[in-house]
Amino acid sequence: MAQGRNEGVLQNIDWITVLLYLVMVFMGWSNIYAAVYNEEHQNIMDASQSYGKQLVWIITAFFIALVILIIDGEFFPTFAYPIYGVFILFLLSVFILGTEIKGSRSWIAIGEFRVQPAEFAKFATALALAKFLSNVNLKFDQLKARLIAVTFFIIPPVIIILQKETGTALVFSSFILVLYREGLPGIYLFLGFAFAVICILALVMSPTLLSILIAIGCLVAVFLYKFRLKAIIYAVGAFLIAFATVHSIDYLFENVLEEHQKKRVNVLLGKELDLKGAGYNVHQSKIAIGSGGFIGKGFLNGTQTKYNFVPEQSTDFIFCTVGEEWGFFGSLVVLSMFLFLLLRLIFLAERQRSSFSRIYGYGLACIIFFHLTINIGMTIGLAPVVGIPLPFFSYGGSSLWSFTILLFIFIRLDAYRFQILR
Amino acid sequence: MNIFSERKFVIAMIFVAITIIYLIRLFYIQVIDDSYKLSANDNALRHKIEYPERGVIYDRNGKILVYNEAAYDLMVIPRRVQEIDTLDFCKLLDIEKETFITKLNKLKEQKYSSYRPEVFQSEISIETYATLQEKLYKFPGFYVQSRTLRKYPQKIASHALGYVGEVDDQIIADNPYYRSGDNIGRSGIERSYEIPLRGRRGVKIVMVDVFNREKGSFEDGKYDTASVLGQNLIASLDADLQEYGEKLMQNKMGSIVAIQPQTGEILSMVSSPNYDPNLLVGRMKSKNFRKMVLDTLKPLYNRATMAKYPPGSTFKLVNALIGQQEGVITPSTLFGCSRGFAFGGLRVGCHPHASPVDLRYSITTSCNAYYCNVFKNTLQKYPKTAIGFEVWRNHVMSFGLGQRFPIDLPQESSGNVPTISYYDKYHGAGRWNAITVISLAIGQGEMGVTPLQMANFCTVISNRGWFYPPHVIKGVENGKIDTLYRTKKYTTVDEKYFDIVVESMRNVVTNGTGRIAQLDSVTICGKTGTAQNPHGKDHSIFIAFAPMHDPQIAISVYVENSGFGATWAAPIASLMIEKYLRREVKRLEMEKRIVEADLIPKKSDWIAKKK
Repeated sequence: MAQGRNEGVLQNIDWITVLLYLVMVFMGWSNIYAAVYNEEHQNIMDASQSYGKQLVWIITAFFIALVILIIDGEFFPTFAYPIYGVFILFLLSVFILGTEIKGSRSWIAIGEFRVQPAEFAKFATALALAKFLSNVNLKFDQLKARLIAVTFFIIPPVIIILQKETGTALVFSSFILVLYREGLPGIYLFLGFAFAVICILALVMSPTLLSILIAIGCLVAVFLYKFRLKAIIYAVGAFLIAFATVHSIDYLFENVLEEHQKKRVNVLLGKELDLKGAGYNVHQSKIAIGSGGFIGKGFLNGTQTKYNFVPEQSTDFIFCTVGEEWGFFGSLVVLSMFLFLLLRLIFLAERQRSSFSRIYGYGLACIIFFHLTINIGMTIGLAPVVGIPLPFFSYGGSSLWSFTILLFIFIRLDAYRFQILR
Repeated sequence: MNIFSERKFVIAMIFVAITIIYLIRLFYIQVIDDSYKLSANDNALRHKIEYPERGVIYDRNGKILVYNEAAYDLMVIPRRVQEIDTLDFCKLLDIEKETFITKLNKLKEQKYSSYRPEVFQSEISIETYATLQEKLYKFPGFYVQSRTLRKYPQKIASHALGYVGEVDDQIIADNPYYRSGDNIGRSGIERSYEIPLRGRRGVKIVMVDVFNREKGSFEDGKYDTASVLGQNLIASLDADLQEYGEKLMQNKMGSIVAIQPQTGEILSMVSSPNYDPNLLVGRMKSKNFRKMVLDTLKPLYNRATMAKYPPGSTFKLVNALIGQQEGVITPSTLFGCSRGFAFGGLRVGCHPHASPVDLRYSITTSCNAYYCNVFKNTLQKYPKTAIGFEVWRNHVMSFGLGQRFPIDLPQESSGNVPTISYYDKYHGAGRWNAITVISLAIGQGEMGVTPLQMANFCTVISNRGWFYPPHVIKGVENGKIDTLYRTKKYTTVDEKYFDIVVESMRNVVTNGTGRIAQLDSVTICGKTGTAQNPHGKDHSIFIAFAPMHDPQIAISVYVENSGFGATWAAPIASLMIEKYLRREVKRLEMEKRIVEADLIPKKSDWIAKKK
C-alpha cells in the first residue's frame, strides 16, 4: 500500500464510501420528489418545491465536500478545539438571532434559507472529542479524563435542549459508544442499558413489583458470587440505585417531560392509544410502510405519503416513501446500504494510523447509527417519535450539509492516513 | 495497535443486530400483516356512489307528473372549520347562535375522522343557497352539495304516483341492493315501478388526500361501474282530467275511477280527500306524514283501489246479464212489483213505479223486486242452492269483481263476493237459500266492490263482454308493459246479451233515474246506485260510459254518505265525461254546485244520526 503515500488526494479517497454517499443522496432526492409529488409541479428541478430546493442543497453539499477534500489533512486535528469553540458560539448565537419554528427555537434564518446550528455541533464535537482522546499523555482509565471526555459531548446537548430541540440533543449520547471503543469499561454500557430497561419497566409496571424483582435479581447475583463481601456491597448499592430510580421515574416523567413527550412515550409503550394525536404519526407511518407489501406500489404510486396521510413525509418520515413505493425490497436495500456504510466506516476507522482519525471515524459511525436507529425505528413503531432526520435521505439543507461535512472530513482524514508518521 | 481493538466487533455486532431486528419488523408489517394494506385503502380510497337520476313520469299527453329537482345540503368538514363570523353565518341560515355552536360541537366530537364531511343543514332553500354561495369563501370547512328531490308540478294524483322515502333496516335486510340512506318508492307507481325508475347506481373509486380532497380515479377506473339511468314512464293518466276530478271531489269523501275501455288504461283515479304529493318530499316530509296518518279522514288511504263499498243498484246490471245468460229471463220477461218484493216473512222495499216490469224498465227505474226475482230464479234453476250460487258467483267474478286484477299499484283490495263456505259458516250448511241472501240481488249485503272494480265492470259492459286488466302505466321507455295488461279477458256472459243492458243504461240517462247526467248530443249510458251502509247516510254511486257505440271512457263515482246516486255521483260522472271528451266543460252552473258542495259528514251529523 506504500505506493499511494505521495500521490494526490483523489487517488487515496475511499471511493466506495463516496459512491455510497452519492447513491443515498440521489435515492433520498427521488424519494422526496415522490413524497411531495403533485401534478402541477412535475419538474424535479422546480425550485418552488422541496425537491427543487433539495437539489440546491445537494449541489452546495458537493461543493462543501470538495472544499473539505482540498483542505490540508493536518487542518482538522490542529484546529479541532477552535472549531469546537466557534460552533459552540454559533450554537449560542441562536438565543439572540434565532427564530422559532414548530416550537423549537433552534433556527437562524438568512433570507429564505434557514440553518440549524445544532446540526453542525455534531461534527465539531466529534472533532474535539477525537482531539482530546487522541492525546498521547491521556490516562483514560482515570475518572477525571473520562469526565472531561463526557463534558465535550454534554455541553452541546444542554444548549440544544434549552432550544427545545430534544431530538438532536439525544444524538450526542451516541458518543458513549466511541468512549467504549477507546477503553471505557463495558460495565458502563451494560449499566446504561440496564438503567434504560429499568426506566422503561418502571413506567409500565408497578414500582413495588419491580422493586421485588430487582431485589431477587440482586440476591441471585450475590448467591452466584458465593457471598463475597464485595459482591454484597455492589448488590446492595445496585439495588438502592435501582429502587430509587423505580420510585422517582414516575415523578421525573410527570414533572420533567413536556406533555407531548410524555404522550409519545406512552404511545410507544402501548399505554395510550391516541390515533388522532400523538399516535397518529406512527399509526399513519406504519400504514404507509405496511401497505407497500413485498415489492411496493411503484415510484410515484404511493397514496399514503403523496396524499399527506403521513406527516413530515419528506423530512423525518421519508422512510415511509421508501417502504410504501419500494416495499420490503426497498427497505432491505436501504437498510443494507446503511449497514454496509457503517461497517465500512468501522473498517476505515480501524485502518487509521492516527488515533485522532480512528476516534473521529467512530464518532461519525455512531452518529449515523443513532440517526438510523431512531429515525427508522420510529417509522415502524420501535422507537419513540423523536424528530431527527434520516442521514442523506431526509429533506433539509442543514441535515444534508451536516452529514456531508461529517463524512467528508473523515474521507479526507482517511485519504491522508499514509502521510501520518507514528 | 490498540488493546481495545477487539471492541470493533462488539460495535459492529450492535450495528448488525439493530439492522436485523428492523428488517424482521419490516418484513412482518410489510409482507406478513395485511391489515396495513386495508387501512391504507381506508385512508386513501373513497367509494363514490353515483346515483342515476330517477325516471320521469309523464301523463298520457306528455305532461310531466313527476320530475327531479336539485336540492342543496349544506355540508361541513368539522376539522376544517376555522374562526368565522358566526353571527353573519347564522343570519344567512336563519338559525340561533347557540344552535350553531351545539350542532358544530356535536359533529366535532364524532368518533370518526373529523375530516369526514357531514350534513350541517339539509335542503337549504335555493335563495339561501344563492346568497350562501357568494359568501362561502368566508366560511372555510363549509360547502354545498346538491342532490335531487322528486317534484310534482301538477300537484295531482298523489295516490297513483305514490312517494319516495328512505329505506329502513327491513328493506336493507331483504334487498342487498339498498344501502342506508338510499331512497326507494314507498307507494304508488314509485313503488311498483321502482326498478325501472331507479336505474342502477354506479360506483367510482377515487383517491383522496388527507384533507379528503379528490386526487383522481383509482387505477384508471378499472374497478368502477357505470350507473344506469332510470327509465322514464308514461302514465295512462290524463293530467287535465285527473286535476278536474280532484277539483270536483274536493270537500267530499269518495272516489272516481275512469278507464279507457279499449285498452284498460286508467285515465283518472281520484281518491278524496287527497293531498299535495309535494308534501311528502324533503325536509317537512316526516312532519306532514305524521299529520296525515293521524287525520281521521285518512287522506293517505287510496279509496279507489282499497275501499270496499256495496255496489248498490249498479249491481242489477250484472244480475240482468247473468239472468239472461242462465236463461231465467229474456228482455220481455215481466215481474210484478207492488212497492217491493215479498217472500215469506221477508220484504225488500221498492219505490213507487208502474208494474209489471220488463228488463228495460227494471234498469231505467231501478226496480228492486225485479232483481230479487231474477236472482231467486237463477239460484233455484239448480237442484241445490249451493250449486246455483256457485254458478252465479263464477259469472260475477268474470266481471273482475271480488278479486285483484292485479293493477300495477302496490295497494289493492280484492273486494268481496261472498263464498258458499262463508254462508255455510254463518247460517249452517244447507240452511240457507236464495231468499236468505236475497240482498245480493240488489248489490247490498256482504258484497264489497272497489271503485276500480266498478269502473272496470262498467268497462266490460261498454265493451260488450271483455276488458283488459286496468293499469296506470301505458308505456315504459325501453320496453313494453307487462303482458298481463295486453291480454284480453272475457266474461262468461255472451256478447248478445249486452245490447239490451246498454240500451237500458242509455234510457237511465235519457228518461230514468240518471237524467241529471245528460249531456246534449253525447250518448252517455249510466246507472245510478245508492248503497246503504251502517256508518251514516247512503253512498251516492254512479257508473257510466260514453259514447254508447264507440266507448271512449268508462267511469265509476262514489261519494260517501251523501245520499242518492243521482244527486252527486251522476253529475260528477257526467262532468268528467264532458271534460274528457270535449276537453272543456260548458255546464258551469252544475260544476259550480259540485265544486262548492261540502259533503264531508260533520260530527254533529253523526250525533244526529245516532239519535
